[in-house]
Amino acid sequence: MEKIIQGKYVQLENVNMTFVTRKGTFEALRGIDLNIREGEFISVIGHSGCGKSTVLNLIAGLLQPTSGLLFCAGREIAGPGPDRAVVFQNHSLLPWLTCHENVYLAVERVFGKNENKTQLRARTKAALELVGLGHAADKRPNEISGGMKQRVGIARALAMEPKVLLLDEPFGALDALTRAHLQDELMSIMAKSGCTAVMVTHDVDEAVLLSDRIVMMTNGPAATIGEILPVALPRPRKRLELAENAEYNHLRSEVLKFLYERHAKKAA
Amino acid sequence: MSVITLQRKNLETDMSHETSPAQPAKAAPAPVTMAADSAAIAIHDKAINERAAKNRQLISAFFQWLLPPLFGLMLFTAIWALISYQSEGLPGPIPTWHAAVTLFSDPFYNNGPNDMGIGWNILNSLERVGLGFGMAAILGIPLGFIIGRFAFASRMAAPIIGMLRPVSPLAWLPIGLLVFKAADPAAIWVIFISAIWPMIINTAVGVSKVPEDYMNVARVLKLSEWKIATRILFPFVLPYMMTGVRLSIGVAWLVIVAAEMLTGGVGIGFWVWDEWNNLNVEHIIIAIFVVGIVGLLLEQMLIMIARRFSYE
Ligand SMILES: Nc1ncnc2c1ncn2[C@@H]1O[C@H](COP(=O)(O)OP(=O)(O)O)[C@@H](O)[C@H]1O
Ligand SMILES: [Mg+2]
Repeated sequence: MEKIIQGKYVQLENVNMTFVTRKGTFEALRGIDLNIREGEFISVIGHSGCGKSTVLNLIAGLLQPTSGLLFCAGREIAGPGPDRAVVFQNHSLLPWLTCHENVYLAVERVFGKNENKTQLRARTKAALELVGLGHAADKRPNEISGGMKQRVGIARALAMEPKVLLLDEPFGALDALTRAHLQDELMSIMAKSGCTAVMVTHDVDEAVLLSDRIVMMTNGPAATIGEILPVALPRPRKRLELAENAEYNHLRSEVLKFLYERHAKKAA
Repeated sequence: MSVITLQRKNLETDMSHETSPAQPAKAAPAPVTMAADSAAIAIHDKAINERAAKNRQLISAFFQWLLPPLFGLMLFTAIWALISYQSEGLPGPIPTWHAAVTLFSDPFYNNGPNDMGIGWNILNSLERVGLGFGMAAILGIPLGFIIGRFAFASRMAAPIIGMLRPVSPLAWLPIGLLVFKAADPAAIWVIFISAIWPMIINTAVGVSKVPEDYMNVARVLKLSEWKIATRILFPFVLPYMMTGVRLSIGVAWLVIVAAEMLTGGVGIGFWVWDEWNNLNVEHIIIAIFVVGIVGLLLEQMLIMIARRFSYE
């Protein structure tokens, strides 16, 4: 299995996920099949509670599927690991460490065996500069804005040089301006690093703008993949130009139709 | 001004295809103009206003924070004076004050083990508390970490802690006397066993409250148990641990007086008992104040340490 079959860098095969809770069992996912190519940017979109985070956590190895198989780079996913870095929704920075120390913790873990402290520090600095936060390295998370925290979270993930970058609604808690800014930054970073990414989102524009393919999920319980929409827009993409692009608007309305016509969420 | 407005305009058009709320940006320009025009006048007025505000703050702080406690202490002393006036044996505030002045004019005299200055008695008690509490901390805090971190350990410890914690501290004294065959270690043992529970429990509660997100970071990074303990658990648990330490010191100081009354030796508890045998009631009252004030200082000291270590 060491040789990676073309087009199947990350592979989900008939994955089912049933949570056992005190009140009984809850079938969250049923029959998820998904193949992700190397270097591909995938968005997972769906209504709140449908199981997007669960899919991401399964790839991260933070959850074990009830049944089904998951592979990454030809190996079965047995648990979490630094080859699959996660950018958490609420940044999950350690508040008692500075931005530099937060990133360094990850860098040290991944490269500490082969590199000396100077090299590790240089890596940390480079990662923070990549997200435009070189100046905030010595600040604690509670001294910087929400957008900056999320950037540190991205820097921490990227500094690990992961095979796959997993992002769980990375910009969900940010205001529209900051979000747009960070989306542009993420796009250029991903173009440079060429790393594979899976991003959970509920923002239609974000999904179309960033993705190579959009995975649209049906509503839970027993949610599954409803449709996969390829986004063939050329890169680099510019949000201003795309606004008048017919293909962009067509894709956008496709996603909207899926979410609000075919799989509308009943009012709770 | 015009530059700012222009930029705002640009932003609005930039973002028009986004779901960005343009409303707040539109409303902004007007207040900005006003602020710029009146800025110079405002600076002068501000300096005067700030000084006046500072004075007002000082006065209100005095009325809010200093006057009530003073008033409380005065009331307390007045009631004490009234009661002592009515009763025969109880000395009032004034004779007690005089006795305290003589007592504290020579706190460190030493006329043999049965007659030492109040200072020696306090220090001896503090030493026992320090030893008993110290050992409780050395054992209790790591135990708390283990119990909080591993569900099996927690389930294992639950019945033991549940059963032993409510036992009155002095019930442990005979066991101590039996095992150590000496009064001093027995007193320290009693401090140890009564001070250990708050530290175990609070540390364990802290560890079990570490947010899932931080643990997920640890799992994704595959951090070693040691790194998890030093980088995630310890910093997060520190405030909980300090609460446990504070409660423990409180209990230890509470228990030492009673333990020393029973075991004898040099110490504030024994001193109280001795003065009761001498029927020196002023000294007993002084001892009560001393115990209270030392306890208060210990507590304040720990609160300061806790603040020093808080990451917020
Ligand atoms: N650990 C868990 N235990 C029980 N139910 C869970 C657990 N995690 C998620 N769920 C349930 O699974 C469903 C999908 O959750 P999630 O993946 O977080 O949704 P999304 O990220 O799409 O909003 C929800 O109904 C949620 O309540
Ligand atoms: Mg989610």
